Amino acid sequence: MNATDIENTLHHILPTVERPGRYTGGELNQIVKPWDSASVRVALAFPDIYDLGMPNLGLAILYDLLNRRDDVLAERVYLPWIDMEAAMREARIPLYALESKRPVSEFDILGVSLPYETLYTNLLNLLDLSGIPLRAAERANDDPLVVAGGHATFNPEPMADFIDAFAIGDGEGLITDIVDAVREWKNSGSPREALLRSLARIEGVYVPSLYRVTYDEQGLPEIVESLAPEARTPILKRICPELPPPVTRFIVPYIDVVQNRAAIEIMRGCTRGCRFCHAGMVTRPVRERAVDEIVTAIEEALAQTGYEEVALLSLSSSDYDEILDLVREVGKRFGEQRINVALPSLRIESVSVDLMELLQGSGRRGGFTLAPEAASERMRRLINKPVSTDGVLSTAREIYSRGWQTIKLYFMIGHPSETLDDVREIARLAKAVLTEGRKAIGGRAKVNVGVSTFVPKPHTPLQWVACDAAEQVEAKQHLLSRELRGKGLKLSWNDFRETMVEAWLSRGDRRLGEVVLEAWRRGARFDAWQDQLRYDAWLDAFESAGLDPAFYTHRDRALDELLPWDHIDAGLKKSFLIEDYGWSLEDRTRVDCRDECFACGILPKFKSLRREHPGDVWECPESGKSAGNSAPVERESRT
Amino acid sequence: MTQHVSFRYRVAFSKTDAMRYTSHLDLQRTWERTFRRARLPLAFTQGFHPHPRLVFAAALPLGLTADEELMDLWLREHVSLQHLHDALSESVPAGLRLVAAEVVSPTAPSLPHDVIAAEYRVSLDRSVDLDALATRVAALLAAERLERERRGRKYDLRPLVEALELMNGGAEVAALRMRLASRPSATGRADEVLDALGLDVALCRSHRTRLVLAATGT
Repeated sequence: MNATDIENTLHHILPTVERPGRYTGGELNQIVKPWDSASVRVALAFPDIYDLGMPNLGLAILYDLLNRRDDVLAERVYLPWIDMEAAMREARIPLYALESKRPVSEFDILGVSLPYETLYTNLLNLLDLSGIPLRAAERANDDPLVVAGGHATFNPEPMADFIDAFAIGDGEGLITDIVDAVREWKNSGSPREALLRSLARIEGVYVPSLYRVTYDEQGLPEIVESLAPEARTPILKRICPELPPPVTRFIVPYIDVVQNRAAIEIMRGCTRGCRFCHAGMVTRPVRERAVDEIVTAIEEALAQTGYEEVALLSLSSSDYDEILDLVREVGKRFGEQRINVALPSLRIESVSVDLMELLQGSGRRGGFTLAPEAASERMRRLINKPVSTDGVLSTAREIYSRGWQTIKLYFMIGHPSETLDDVREIARLAKAVLTEGRKAIGGRAKVNVGVSTFVPKPHTPLQWVACDAAEQVEAKQHLLSRELRGKGLKLSWNDFRETMVEAWLSRGDRRLGEVVLEAWRRGARFDAWQDQLRYDAWLDAFESAGLDPAFYTHRDRALDELLPWDHIDAGLKKSFLIEDYGWSLEDRTRVDCRDECFACGILPKFKSLRREHPGDVWECPESGKSAGNSAPVERESRT
Repeated sequence: MTQHVSFRYRVAFSKTDAMRYTSHLDLQRTWERTFRRARLPLAFTQGFHPHPRLVFAAALPLGLTADEELMDLWLREHVSLQHLHDALSESVPAGLRLVAAEVVSPTAPSLPHDVIAAEYRVSLDRSVDLDALATRVAALLAAERLERERRGRKYDLRPLVEALELMNGGAEVAALRMRLASRPSATGRADEVLDALGLDVALCRSHRTRLVLAATGT
């Protein structure tokens, strides 16, 4: 089927499906280039529906970057929802890109974003709907090159069978090099193998078919063997030494989507060192954008989109060096225009309330979010987020007394060594927060508690620990649902089965490829959607592959065990992770690494990049040898 | 925050292509963003949840295209009609086009209350049996009542059908033309008429050609 056939068939199908605006393309600011004008064509895919994929900033960055090149065109692909999938399969329409309506299979590269693991079965479905062979080994010269990137790919192994090349780390430089390699290969007329080997030479690219993993009799990975001279180990992630100018030409959808707004990344990386936090570990070093660059970008983005909301994104907004200046400037420039400015990820301190007040003026107050992350002070020290209970309460008091009626509190349960008594602290804290609210504003005060379950993630200091047992997690959830009842209190939590799928896939090895494939065959997809999760399909898939799910999630791993993701180097030294794990057991915390460098490994591993980009571009000290002995830096934004 | 003065305008616009899948609520947001891009400052309603002052004559059901939808809007500043027209024309997304703009008296009746009817043209797929359809059209027009049920509510569709005609277009595709009442609490829907005529909605493309205002008459 060609683009015209697809478009004609869509005319009949679209009126029959839910939210047809997901499938039309044509939105404001989309970029359509003549097909023949480009020598490399890239389909950028998010393996879930349009509503969730559109706001993905990573793909927006790549779309903008690629389409700036004259020799490249990039288009968007999302997964159809179940009704549309059925209609497409019945009408035999392959998955198509929104801009040109061309089948995905006609593109040179299919670039897929994998920010989290519960998208894996969706990716298989996406390949299947595109008519692309699922296994990388079965693909021919004229099949697209399937490239995956995003945070989940820091453990690429469970998807190793299906992906031709993983792009590990910041995508900006990677995609450029990958596109160049594909262009050269197309001109050369060489077999696909030659392309894969040339990709393996690119820093940050992992071509799984060029490695063989062997396992010992216990099923533990033993060796990761390179099968070609180009295939190095370890594969060091790629970083952007300086953040390029932010995207301002956002596509404005015809229909409402989640987070329908402009988004400007103010900072990449995080200096806090929370031990559970995958993002905080794999996105080092911290790089900030300048205040005037951000303000100009907001101005441009608003002019291009007409959006009424802009989000300033980072992992920890309070830690942006000049946050107060930024917020004042934004308030001054955009306060009169009724622009809503979102500043997520604020620390639990009264300064955060000042910041929100500066941004929101005297207007409407929504909810105010605080994330203590763990139940008791002991647990918070263990995960290195040492917020005191008093600190939470005094911040809550400020929030309520300055006009907010709802506080959202986010916690995780299932941290290592956590007991029911620790979890009871969640209920106690939530009620104490509500009491503060009642004192300040009476019966209007509300507390919404969100509780997710901890998954020990690769490349974090807690990567060796086991997940909490199912019955423990259920007992803890039960306790909370019993305790957190009554007026003004609302509790929501994640289904434990959903957490398990995420945990298997984050901690799995290459053999999980069979499990993912089998689960998909048995109907698993949209695993991140609570009402779609097919837990039985997953258990059956493990059984049919002869693997024990608990092997991946419910045993402590030995410090000298070869972990399935050890050949991927996130820039952190293993000795640093081991030390930090040890500290977690000894009740020791670390301060912000802007104040004291703990030698995580970033500086020695990116020594030359740091030398080429000196000064404030990174928050790391300038010399690679300064571990532990740099003077604490005074920072204005602290109180 | 104190904007007591505002200037009222009325624009007519067409809604085509992919925009037909934009719901009424999303269309409102699309217009708000268009005004922001055009740097035309919409006035806001007073109260705890202020929202931009845009009023549409009649919501267009999802999937329909239209030639001349009507919208009233209030600006915080006075601008010339020419400027309003040009700035909006430059800023509308694909699928929206400005047809006309005029100044409306602040005391003119509210637009939704001024609408009395809407006219539609429904293009029919070639597979539709036109002779059989002609018979059903005649029967519908001859009937006194046409009991229907929509969203669990029973109602009589017949008085809402003010005109209905099958245009056997010769070389062009055949089409139904209809005029349906469109008053608060008495609004005829084109898809209900099509269903009553036994037509598969997937084989029809419905288009609203005009909204009829009380002021402009029949």
